[in-house]
Amino acid sequence: MRSKRAELLVGCFIVLGVAALVYLAVQVSGLAFSSKKDTYQVVARFDDIAGLTSRAKVSIAGVTVGSVESITFDKELYMALVTMNIHSDVNNIPTDSSIAVLTSGLLGEKYLGISIGADDEMLKNGSEIYDTQSALVLETLISQFLFKAGDSEK
Amino acid sequence: MKVIISLGAWLFDWLEAVGRAGIFLVQSVCRFPVRFSESVNLLVKQLYSVGVLSLVIILVSGAFIGMVLSLQGYSILAKFGSEEAVGQLLALSLLRELSPVVTALLFAGRAGSSLTAEIGLMKATEQLSSYEMMGVDPLRRVIAPRFIAGVICLPLLSLIFSASGILGGQLVSVGWLGVYDGAFWSSMQQSVHFDTDIMNGVIKAVCFAVVVTWIAVYQGYECVPTSEGIGKATTRTVVLSSLAILALDFVLTAAMFGDF
Repeated sequence: MRSKRAELLVGCFIVLGVAALVYLAVQVSGLAFSSKKDTYQVVARFDDIAGLTSRAKVSIAGVTVGSVESITFDKELYMALVTMNIHSDVNNIPTDSSIAVLTSGLLGEKYLGISIGADDEMLKNGSEIYDTQSALVLETLISQFLFKAGDSEK
Repeated sequence: MKVIISLGAWLFDWLEAVGRAGIFLVQSVCRFPVRFSESVNLLVKQLYSVGVLSLVIILVSGAFIGMVLSLQGYSILAKFGSEEAVGQLLALSLLRELSPVVTALLFAGRAGSSLTAEIGLMKATEQLSSYEMMGVDPLRRVIAPRFIAGVICLPLLSLIFSASGILGGQLVSVGWLGVYDGAFWSSMQQSVHFDTDIMNGVIKAVCFAVVVTWIAVYQGYECVPTSEGIGKATTRTVVLSSLAILALDFVLTAAMFGDF
């Protein structure tokens, strides 16, 4: 003899648990089930990426248009080879655009920002952005500043 | 010499107990009825007493822990001018660590102890032996549904705990402390990954569930069938499972997040 009430409550409990999982997935981790948007791959080589990680965002004018797929080391050029996926609907990025490693906020995470060029030819799958700016490394900046300060005293 | 002998004897006793508990667990789970209607019949009642009745304590404590985390996190993060990161702090600490551990601890106190007491009392009043006399296997009828219900419930409760904690934290940080709502959620979404954070939390909860319910049903089944024995067994359930949860949590965390 099991009561209908217990069954109902157990059913509600399980639904609540699954709802919590879906809530966490969608709202908290930002997992989008339709996120398999069409993308095309673009590569860029950087002197120094300083803390950029895969899945970091790629943005134009601050709007996310893609994400970093992988970061590997280019053995011949001693540079970091960054492969990124860009949404297919953003298909009008000129080939002479420049790309820079930026930081969100003072201590925030690293992301890539594309500054638009003026060429008539557009980036397509597999093309490379040649104009790259490395990450601003705080230590380098400070040491440059200190050397300059030392020079000016003479 | 005496000390060494007693140490050896203690180790043998301990190993024997672990072995017996292992055999006991495997037997009871293997004998659980495969027929769907029968197993559902047995499970629903246990899911109710183990899961549904633990829901309120989980919801309330989850909300309060989320609120406290927000307050504490905010007061420190505000010094660095990055109050928005409170969402990230809240979600990561809840999902990775607090919700599996605290839920398991509460579960051990709320459901584990009552499982032990219930089974112990069944043993003391010779219900278990009368099952055997009627030709019904008590492992299959009494132990297995309780164990399986515990393993199903704890991960669900842990997820509910996280959701409730995040909502409680949002209430305090956005509603009271004035963190900007959009930044709160976006900093959270940027840092939380579904497979590394949420799923690892669920895996932790499943491991804790197995350990806690195993300890609880075994202590109940093996207790000395007197009122004093039941009391001791219940205490032992809570103490052992709390220790096991905290120790296991360290091992699991080292395995999941330890590779820097």
